[in-house]
Amino acid sequence: MPVNTDPYLFVFLLLLGAVAFALGPLALAWVWSRCFSPRKPGADKNAIYECGLKSKGDAWVQFKAEYYLYAIIFLIFDVEAIFLLPFAVAFTGLPVGAFVAMVIFVLLLVEGLVWAWQKGVLTWK
Amino acid sequence: MDEGLRNELSRQGIFTTTLEDLYNWGRKNSIWPLGFGLACCAIEMIATSMARWDLARFGAEVFRPSPRQADLMIVAGTVTKKMAPQVVRLYNQMPEPKYVIAMGACAISGGPFKQGYNVLKGIDRYIPVDVHIPGCPPRPEALLHAFMTLQRKIDEQALTGEARPRHLKADAPSEFPVPAFGEHDLEPANNPAVWSPPVVNR
Repeated sequence: MPVNTDPYLFVFLLLLGAVAFALGPLALAWVWSRCFSPRKPGADKNAIYECGLKSKGDAWVQFKAEYYLYAIIFLIFDVEAIFLLPFAVAFTGLPVGAFVAMVIFVLLLVEGLVWAWQKGVLTWK
Repeated sequence: MDEGLRNELSRQGIFTTTLEDLYNWGRKNSIWPLGFGLACCAIEMIATSMARWDLARFGAEVFRPSPRQADLMIVAGTVTKKMAPQVVRLYNQMPEPKYVIAMGACAISGGPFKQGYNVLKGIDRYIPVDVHIPGCPPRPEALLHAFMTLQRKIDEQALTGEARPRHLKADAPSEFPVPAFGEHDLEPANNPAVWSPPVVNR
């Protein structure tokens, strides 16, 4: 081996070989398909979905999840109950200020209930 | 190259082949079927691909979930008239070259449900079938035999000339008309390019 050869030269050559090994078959397949197989695109073949069914309409539709309704009703019926229980237990020994604060809290949630009721969320359709 | 020279060379330890043979050899040993079953025959197809019958010996264990990566459609089971358009559409979505094995009595003729108003009397009315397997359901060995038959068929296909297969002809169709639900039956009731009603001589 000559003295002035870069030691990394062989690594580079091996890398080239590895890349050629990977890309060679792909290139061969491409050349083969160019030479022999005529391209035959079609409406079905270019279709987006592969389940056999024809897609209906546009896939880019807006989906209305309305999670805020679940959040409001969850607050009213679940979270409020958690606060109402200690409120009921400690009711007789409560100062007036605490009572007013609790009533305001309950009324805020009742407002949400009234709103949801008027919107027809509670009606089973 | 003539056969005598090839024999002489192989006796000297020199293996000769043609591009066509090499190509078909690769093709026939790497057929990827579409993972697609319609009825009870699909269970036999699954059994064929599993350890006991081991379809992997033929290079065909890679059942593809997408028609875009599949070479072979095994129509395994009863094709109802409701399912037929989907089967044809899936076949259309497969890239060329593509092959079809009609597995079982239902897929080849309607089988025990032939009299049913809703059963297609053979998938070969809409798509070109390469190998038909009778049986209800066929044994896994029968599917293996059909598979070997298909391999032999692929092996004999020529790359050039008039007899070359459909996928090498630019004007031959790759997609086949998908039947639609009509008032009484699928319309059209068959694809005249691949099937015509048998003539009865009395």
